[in-house]
Amino acid sequence: MEENKQYYTISVYTENNVGLVNRISTIFLKRHVNLLSMTASESEIEDVYRFTILVKMTQEKVQKIVGQIEKQIEVIRAFYHTDEETISQETALYKVKSELLFNEPQIQNIIKRSGASIVTVNKRFFVISKTGRRIETEALHSALKPYGVLQFTRSGRIAVTKEAMNISEVLKDFDDID
Amino acid sequence: MSKKTRITGAEAVIRCLLEEGVDLIYGYPGGAIMPVYDELYKYQDKLTHILTRHEQGATHAAQGYARTSGKVGVAIATSGPGATNLVTGIADAQIDSTPMVCITGQVASHLLGSDAFQETDIIGISTPVTKWNIQVTKAEDIPAVMAKAFYIARSGRPGPVLVDITKDAQFSEFDFSYEKCKGVRSYKAIPKTEPQSLKDAAALINDAKKPMIVWGQGVILGEAEKEFKSFVEKTGIPSAWTILGVSALETAHPLNVGMVGMHGNYGPNKLTNECDLLIAVGMRFDDRVTGNLETYAKQAKVIHFEIDPAEISKNVNADVAVMGSVKTTLADILPFVEKKTYDSWLSEFHAFDKIEQEKVIQEELYPSKEGMSMGEVIRNINEVTKGDAIVVTDVGQHQMMAIRYAEFVKSKSNVTSGGLGTMGFALPAAIGAKMGAPDRQVIAVIGDGGYQMTIQELGTIFQNKTGVKIVVLNNEFLGMVRQWQELFFENRYASTEMTNPDFVKIAEGYHIPAQRVTERANLADAVKEMLTTDGPYFLEVCVEKENNVFPMIPTGASVSDIRLS
Repeated sequence: MEENKQYYTISVYTENNVGLVNRISTIFLKRHVNLLSMTASESEIEDVYRFTILVKMTQEKVQKIVGQIEKQIEVIRAFYHTDEETISQETALYKVKSELLFNEPQIQNIIKRSGASIVTVNKRFFVISKTGRRIETEALHSALKPYGVLQFTRSGRIAVTKEAMNISEVLKDFDDID
Repeated sequence: MSKKTRITGAEAVIRCLLEEGVDLIYGYPGGAIMPVYDELYKYQDKLTHILTRHEQGATHAAQGYARTSGKVGVAIATSGPGATNLVTGIADAQIDSTPMVCITGQVASHLLGSDAFQETDIIGISTPVTKWNIQVTKAEDIPAVMAKAFYIARSGRPGPVLVDITKDAQFSEFDFSYEKCKGVRSYKAIPKTEPQSLKDAAALINDAKKPMIVWGQGVILGEAEKEFKSFVEKTGIPSAWTILGVSALETAHPLNVGMVGMHGNYGPNKLTNECDLLIAVGMRFDDRVTGNLETYAKQAKVIHFEIDPAEISKNVNADVAVMGSVKTTLADILPFVEKKTYDSWLSEFHAFDKIEQEKVIQEELYPSKEGMSMGEVIRNINEVTKGDAIVVTDVGQHQMMAIRYAEFVKSKSNVTSGGLGTMGFALPAAIGAKMGAPDRQVIAVIGDGGYQMTIQELGTIFQNKTGVKIVVLNNEFLGMVRQWQELFFENRYASTEMTNPDFVKIAEGYHIPAQRVTERANLADAVKEMLTTDGPYFLEVCVEKENNVFPMIPTGASVSDIRLS
């Protein structure tokens, strides 16, 4: 089974509702599945929200979980996609001691080469921000590690899919029935 | 109805129930729901409230009511412990797809999150076991929420909904108007049927040499008994049932080949692994039905008639999925299927029946031993009711015996806790079952273990003179657990033997006529007396202590490895 596991990005379009995060996360909890990340935001449609969830599992399992998510009353549609089918980004922040910037000339090269930006610099520390795919934010983390990273954090994945997810049509279907 | 009046949130709750056609609810009062109870007092001529003796009883009664009436059951409770006591019944309704609306009081909205007296996060607690739940903090939201709650509970695959209403929302006034919910844009109650799926299914059915139907509660919930029978009779396909599907087709029907699953019949279990086409109708391939999935019907093509898309290929891969309500899809497929009979295939079922009859059933129904068997009690009940009774059961050995041996002539005649396996279900569920079908005989068959989990509901039966017949099959053991200890734990009877009280005296304490039968010679008369006595009756039958339920598919075994002993 292990070898069939891969990363899937689950996109869930929902009505805005208190408790929906709990309702969705409980579906994973019930199956003892770890969420690698979960973000929520507005979507391209007014008053429709979108959860982006990253998991690593078999296709069979993700399909069943998405079925259970879609079954929830306030969920409009849910989809799952492989990495190849999505354009995804994550943002990482790295907090490093300021003295390193002057004492370790390599650090400046690392930042330049990685395409990261410096968010803030003060006497004690500076903060680097890097947006990209997981592999890129991790590479920067590894490169900085030997010099000492005071704090590191990474956002959940956000992703758009190459294929269309026709939410507007689903909603239009409902209006037509009405 | 849209006449506007300024009323409180509490009164609005009652008005909403009346708008939804509710005339009977079950519940238990307490601090945070008192404004609603005050309105119940004022509306008591229009809306009957049954005070159960525990909130769990209110949910099971509401379930029983829903299962026999086909309507939405309603249970109401206060915040905190009142709300948490509902959870078992809600979970039971969720897994058995029972339409139910639960209303709970909640502390005032300014106290939410402050650990106030009797505050509990019932929304958080009930989320995994409800079809939908919502907290209301403003009176003006009550009508739309209640309308949506009833719509969601009863539509599509039914289920429980919980509405949690803060006390301030119950007290505050607003202009009431009510509009029934006609749809929720993010929720599709009944999925579209692909016309091609009907044709594909019909082609498989028409080509099959050894087809078999397994139907479930979907036939009853979809009120599709007539359509199902026409489908079975035209196709001539042997049909087996899951525990919750029983009574959708009468027991004596020549194409009814019995129950599938762990304690089901020999033939349908064995032949699940012989058929070339398995047609699942409104059932969900529970593990108690399938045994080991790796060896379940692997040789067969599978057609799944189903209302819930998430059930398709969840456990058993469907070659053809016919989505939709079975009432519609079974009617729609009928013109495409050929009229057929399968005499030699059907005789394979009969051959297994004969073996089961000789090795199991004969001794269970007509024991040669001195001690009484559970099966013979059910046989005695059949002989009086002729199958025209609602049989409510709890969970355990007696449940399997009752389901295996009770005869049914009408649908909606079986009320049991299937998916959750809730001991303590039967007594309160029987109260609801009787109130949901007052003209029918309602017989609760219960074990001595489960009976004592909700025995306090005798108070509800006494107070309301509810005419349920209670049969306790007393073997002084938690029998099913004991059976497993005997078979799989080398007779180590850990905490399964029970020293029981005098059940007859307890019943008499509630002024319920009662008798105990310890000898076979008195059984038939006692059953007759129970069934001909007006009002409630309690009958205790002291049965053999260490009998086992067979056939049995041990956990994790294949359906074809079903054991007769």
